[in-house]
Amino acid sequence: MKIFVVIPAYNEAKTIVQVIQDIKKHIQNIIVVDDGSKDRTAQLAKEQKAIVYSHLINRGLGGALATGIKAALNHEADIILTFDADGQHQAEDIPKMIKPIVNSEADVVIGSRMLENNKMPWHRKMAVKIGNLITRFLFGAYTSDSQSGLRAFNKKAASSLRLVTNKMEVSSEIIKEIKRQNLRLKEIPIKAIYTDYSLSKGQNFFVGLKTAIKLLILRFRLK
Amino acid sequence: MLPIQIIILLFLVFAVLKTVSGFKKGRVKIKELISWFVLWTGVAVITILPQTTTFFAHMLGVGQGADLVIYLSIIVLFYIIFRIYMKLEKIESDITRIVREITLKSKR
Repeated sequence: MKIFVVIPAYNEAKTIVQVIQDIKKHIQNIIVVDDGSKDRTAQLAKEQKAIVYSHLINRGLGGALATGIKAALNHEADIILTFDADGQHQAEDIPKMIKPIVNSEADVVIGSRMLENNKMPWHRKMAVKIGNLITRFLFGAYTSDSQSGLRAFNKKAASSLRLVTNKMEVSSEIIKEIKRQNLRLKEIPIKAIYTDYSLSKGQNFFVGLKTAIKLLILRFRLK
Repeated sequence: MLPIQIIILLFLVFAVLKTVSGFKKGRVKIKELISWFVLWTGVAVITILPQTTTFFAHMLGVGQGADLVIYLSIIVLFYIIFRIYMKLEKIESDITRIVREITLKSKR
């Protein structure tokens, strides 16, 4: 079974090497989507023997994720994981993310940071809950962590996703697609490591507001 | 006639001429030409006979004709902004698709 890890990365030179090395202990096929980074992200990832796809210009998380998933499918991946480049995920969580898919209990697995007692800052916890509510209200799909970056898809799920959003709103869009395509979803509790660095990479209040507006537009968008 | 009326009418003549020349050059479709023409004619009527707006205003329960014009303008402007926003979103995701294709192709 071919398993690929997709890491969308924009200016992540500080963390990318460690993230790739940690993942390599579990999975060898790593695709880094360098989303028009201005630092050495792409070069460092290549040195770590990751497969690097570089966007000419920065397109945002959604753009990078969809490129990575498509690239993995081109490599004939059977299972595709998405993994944040900022170092907030633990590679040790990978085996339990894959297990439900290997046992064909689920088409999609989402690593939820809300199911276990994580040391998530309260404002971040609130932001995730608001994200969950918006996702539920707009798309009728509920998960405990709609904004998680750690996900696993089987081939069928990965190739059926229709992703059109460019930025952070992609996380909720994926939940919407899971619901729309009637994919079997399983949530697995994961640990998240919060550093000042990973927090600075997340959404602040205004970005969150913009994300909400984009999701509203997505809801009413014509095909 | 008030100076402001003359200025608006001159602008309208200019706008109509511009649209007609656009139509002749094939840049403006017949449907667009007609809708612009209807819009500018409406503006001309309101400019020359401002009291007509009062008639419509009373019909809709708005006190003054000028108020009605401003309410309607704001609604139209909001709608236009919304349309532009939607269009921008579409263009953004089109750009992403192009960038993605280039990225995936260059790797093969």
